[in-house]
Amino acid sequence: MTEIDIQNLTKTYRVGEVEVNALRGVNLKIERGEFVAIVGPSGSGKSTLFHILGGLTPPTSGAVLIDGIDLVKMSEADRTRLRKTTVGFVFQKYNLLPTLTGAGNIEIARHIAGHNGKEPDPQFEEILKLLGISGRLNHKPRALSGGEQQRIAIARALVNHPSLLLADEPTGNLDSENSTAVLSLLQGLNKRLGQTILMITHNPEAAAFADRTVTMRDGRIVN
Amino acid sequence: MRTLLSVIAIGVEVTLILTLAGLSRGVLDDMATRSRGTGADILIRPPDSSGFTFSLTMKQGIVGKVRTMPHVAMATGAYVKQIDSFNSITGINLDEFNAMSGGLKFLKGRPFQGPDDLVVDEVFARQHHLQPGSPIEFAHSWKVSGIVEQGKLSRTFADIGVLQELFSAHDEVSVIYVKLDDPANTNAVIASLEKELPTYKVISMDEFVSLFSTNSVPYIEAFTHVVTGVAVLIGFLVVCLSMYTAVLERTREIGILKALGASPGYIIGILMRETIMLALTGAALGILMTYGTRSLMAIFAPSMPQEIVTDWYPTAVGIALGGSIVGALYPGLRAARQDAIEALAYD
Repeated sequence: MTEIDIQNLTKTYRVGEVEVNALRGVNLKIERGEFVAIVGPSGSGKSTLFHILGGLTPPTSGAVLIDGIDLVKMSEADRTRLRKTTVGFVFQKYNLLPTLTGAGNIEIARHIAGHNGKEPDPQFEEILKLLGISGRLNHKPRALSGGEQQRIAIARALVNHPSLLLADEPTGNLDSENSTAVLSLLQGLNKRLGQTILMITHNPEAAAFADRTVTMRDGRIVN
Repeated sequence: MRTLLSVIAIGVEVTLILTLAGLSRGVLDDMATRSRGTGADILIRPPDSSGFTFSLTMKQGIVGKVRTMPHVAMATGAYVKQIDSFNSITGINLDEFNAMSGGLKFLKGRPFQGPDDLVVDEVFARQHHLQPGSPIEFAHSWKVSGIVEQGKLSRTFADIGVLQELFSAHDEVSVIYVKLDDPANTNAVIASLEKELPTYKVISMDEFVSLFSTNSVPYIEAFTHVVTGVAVLIGFLVVCLSMYTAVLERTREIGILKALGASPGYIIGILMRETIMLALTGAALGILMTYGTRSLMAIFAPSMPQEIVTDWYPTAVGIALGGSIVGALYPGLRAARQDAIEALAYD
């Protein structure tokens, strides 16, 4: 079953007086439960595609259907709701809130989504077990290693059970050992729990953990 | 550091308001207490007198006329010489004043005897570091003959004859204090006095004392409003600047919250909760600092007693909260409108 259906997607934005065509007609289908890596050089449009799928910026034209809902027709408020319930983000720089503990970072994502945090959630408990961070949740980000921070960021991204996990260079700031660990975790989440994952990476070794690799160049999918 | 400075600034704002209100009330209550300390039931003031100043005078002979009226137990005139905006000397007939008020209680020294003798109360003596025998220039070269307990009519006393002679006010008095055989006769005696002295201002002590309220003194009320306005402006600017800085400092965090699906209302809510915490902590500090300003006033300006005005706490806290919330609105809206992608890229 198709989870994401992107048709003729374009995105044009202005930098000063210059129009930049970041996406020039992207077509892509991602099935539910797939782990897809998007690779390509800088400026190929990977990040723009990531931002559109995550509801952080609206597309210019085309259609982007996630679970049958078209992002092109969404208002700002609709996109905010999409980020709350349908997609989860994992960033290269982890982007944990520095004043909160690991648990606090996960809790605030749950709070934003409107959950009080008291309800039992066996599936999320399993995710925490898989991530192996139970003993580190009461530490603030500055007391955690990069690998631990990224694992907490993954937990935060999954706490509201999003349909799609978007990961932007999730190993870009990690050493090879931690990179392998994080990529193995993403693979495990995909295989064991059926989590749909779209990962942007420069690294072919990282892309090899995915089921399928899509290559972008000059705002188009070339392979 | 930013938070601490904001809390202190809001504290200063609250202290400014409470100190001003406390000083206004303290000074007026002190004046009322000293007026009651005369023991009089009725005051007679010259025609065209207003408020509670004693700049006009009338003939001293009226005192004798008043003494002959029914129910009048005692009457004595006082001549008040205003020295500057804050200080005056009250000339009294000491025997008559003592009989009416129960007597000035001397803590040190003796009553005035010579033409340069001045009696001061304990507050005035403390403020000017005076002891019996100390010289003091007060529109004349005086020598302190005695120090009395505060609370009766004035802070500085001289013999009425000496003061009239010194300032060429022969046989003139500023006010006549009247004590009745029974205070229940006050209204009846006022009516008789008004008939006898038609153009003079005849007023009961209760009514006179009721004038000592901030509502009755237009310039105090206006001054309070001006200082309160300045305090609100300070609070508004400080919180606005503080929250603006906070939003800039937290640009990336705001981007993270937006990526997690936080709505503009959620982000404004976070800033508002922080603002309210700042304002309440600052207000609590401000209330505490008011006790400090009271102690400082007691040391450096004991003639201006400051009261702790607990009934003003809700107003002062409300003003601090209101100014802070308004101050946080622009930074809050800026944060809410921040572009999530730009915010996430912010270092």
